[in-house]
Amino acid sequence: MIEVSGLCKNFVLHNQGGAVIPVMRDAALSVAPGECVALVGASGAGKSTLMRMVYGNYLADAGVIRVGGVDVAQAEPRAVLALRRATLGYVSQFLRVVPRVPTLDVVAEPLLALGVARDEARDRARDLLARLNIPERLWPLSPTTFSGGEQQRVNIARGFAHAYPALLLDEPTASLDAANREVVLALIDEAKARGAAILGIFHDEAARDRVCDRVVDVTRFMPGLAA
Amino acid sequence: MTPLLQVNGLTKRYGARIGCADVSFDLCPGEVMGIVGESGSGKSTLLNCLAGHLEADSGAVVFNTRADGPRDVRLMAEPERRMLARTDWAFVHQNPRDGLRMGVSAGGNVGERLMAVGARHYGGIRGQALDWLDRVEIAADRIDDRPTAFSGGMQQRLQIARNLVTGPRLVFMDEPTGGLDVSVQARLLDLLRGLVREMGLSAVIVTHDLAVVRLLAHRLMVMKSGHVVEAGLTDQVLDDPQHGYTQLLVSSVLQA
Amino acid sequence: MSDYNFAYLDEQTKRMIRRAILKALAVPGYQVPFASREMPMPYGWGTGGVQVSAACLVPEDRLKVIDQGADDTTNAVSIRRFFERTAGVATTGRTAEATLIQTRHRIPEEPLTRDQILVYQVPIPEPLRFLEPRETETRKMHSLEEYGLVHVKLYEDIARHGQIATSYAYPVKVEGRYVMDPSPIPKFDNPKLESAAVQLFGAGREQRIYALPPHCKVVSLDFEDHPFEATKADHACDLCGSGTSYLDEVIVDDAGGRMFVCSDTDYCEGRRDAGHRGRLAAINQEDAA
Repeated sequence: MIEVSGLCKNFVLHNQGGAVIPVMRDAALSVAPGECVALVGASGAGKSTLMRMVYGNYLADAGVIRVGGVDVAQAEPRAVLALRRATLGYVSQFLRVVPRVPTLDVVAEPLLALGVARDEARDRARDLLARLNIPERLWPLSPTTFSGGEQQRVNIARGFAHAYPALLLDEPTASLDAANREVVLALIDEAKARGAAILGIFHDEAARDRVCDRVVDVTRFMPGLAA
Repeated sequence: MTPLLQVNGLTKRYGARIGCADVSFDLCPGEVMGIVGESGSGKSTLLNCLAGHLEADSGAVVFNTRADGPRDVRLMAEPERRMLARTDWAFVHQNPRDGLRMGVSAGGNVGERLMAVGARHYGGIRGQALDWLDRVEIAADRIDDRPTAFSGGMQQRLQIARNLVTGPRLVFMDEPTGGLDVSVQARLLDLLRGLVREMGLSAVIVTHDLAVVRLLAHRLMVMKSGHVVEAGLTDQVLDDPQHGYTQLLVSSVLQA
Repeated sequence: MSDYNFAYLDEQTKRMIRRAILKALAVPGYQVPFASREMPMPYGWGTGGVQVSAACLVPEDRLKVIDQGADDTTNAVSIRRFFERTAGVATTGRTAEATLIQTRHRIPEEPLTRDQILVYQVPIPEPLRFLEPRETETRKMHSLEEYGLVHVKLYEDIARHGQIATSYAYPVKVEGRYVMDPSPIPKFDNPKLESAAVQLFGAGREQRIYALPPHCKVVSLDFEDHPFEATKADHACDLCGSGTSYLDEVIVDDAGGRMFVCSDTDYCEGRRDAGHRGRLAAINQEDAA
């Protein structure tokens, strides 16, 4: 489902004398449907960079990133958007929403964007918010004022609203208490069971050991080591 | 899918100075294109050339018309272009005073485009005006008030209602949230996003506010000195800018 | 007669104005620019109408001048005297006898015939002026038939007053094409714009002439659910008893006493001569006696 090969990435800082910072060389990995793969490596090794490149958030300088038949590294913005809408979900560490939009609609939005009827989308959003223990009185409020943990759970609910065939998870269990951590891990298990290919970053080793089938150490993609 | 708008090599000069040079892009139905750049970068010139407010020197602006398919707007006769401007197109000005009739009631402002295309039933026009005031969250009992009695945010929402009442397919927006305080901005952004999704609108939004484009625009063009220096997926351009100017622009944003 | 050329204006000027008139008749409702001359009267006193009349008059004409329906008000008297002096034409107060009628703010009650010309004095010829101040823009709106704005004005009327409150200078659409300001006539007179006579409109300060050829179609703009109504005061004339003519309200004492009389003085006199009497006709005659 997700196949990466020969991926290279440099940052060029034009405003700092055109400094070129190579951050990734010949990265390669693959994630099959129903499989969960964890990216590991020291901080700064390029886990987030790789994840962002798979999502199309960072450009690749070379290589292939194939997600559901689309090469994200080469695709037009429009194709990437279509991929993100229907195929590729992403739970980031930060919630970025229009202020004022009720939590319920924030969670339902990915479904609305796919053309799901409003009522159906909201029902699904209610289920998820309830499972993630977001008190119902908060649903009509904008999540911008919520605590970090609440925002994280809203973000997860939003990421799991649609049954994406491929999912990217960036620290999904960080800043969650034990009960909610269990709910998230259950969600991940369910996603795997329905055949989703999941690529994640988990600093929580216990969680990683529970849901991940394999780990990929990104340290070996670091340009310094290869050279 | 046939693009709704195809822009090819659009160039506008002010004498020896460049307004915008060789701008090309296309826009599909339901897409929102953001154009960012600092003051004087040519983004407003570009928008005004697209909307036909300024005559470009060269290039093509091809719009997929309902009746005849793709047509170069620059080659259309003026009546046709003006008809387009008040049916399938809309233009939201930065300053609502430029886009509203300040001496005409809110209902009259919303109804004008309907009457311009032949609506002659007072009750029907008023009904539609009420519906649109509701959609932009203006209370029904303000329908007979003039925009001079409205706050800046309300004026901007009224301008949007006035523009969208004829169900346009393409909206040009020039700094739609400029000059509004942040809480009002958020409300307007939410409204615009909902309208874009529900009506399948396409939009070209010019702004210098990177947060606005991140939330509204699917794609982004960065302009400098009249040239498009970078274009792509909005979050990609903002998070992994490739051009020196974009890097400067992104790193110059104050963090709240 | 006098040292002036016939009807004051020189022949070249009259030819220029006639060309404008012919063009105006050929394109009903369209405002034709013309080189308005300085006339020996102030703007606002009918300089446009006077120039159009001067261009139309021939020595055989019989001229009638009315101001707000009356033949004996200052403006009417001075313009009538002006043409008596400069053209030496015969004048009359009787609508039926006149071949050329110059008017301000009214159309005579008596239907006009194909042998008559009605000349209107027009203060502001542009019906879109108060909605759109830019002349370049209003010209464009006319040329492209963008008339939605006129209905915005009528919409505002209904929104504010519950009905179309515009009671004079009520906009009309001519032959399905141009929107025209019929000059500040009461909207009661609008139906009479469809007439057998030639109707010419002259605006001196604004330098525009426009026209309605005989029997051309003139539709007062309105909404389907608020149709046009030619309204008048809900009274009969207190002098001649007419229930169908346009009335002026006259305050007759300091105690709030009032009477309604025909605005068209010739029409009223004609009816009284024929024996019609209104509510206060007797008292009025006593006063006169």
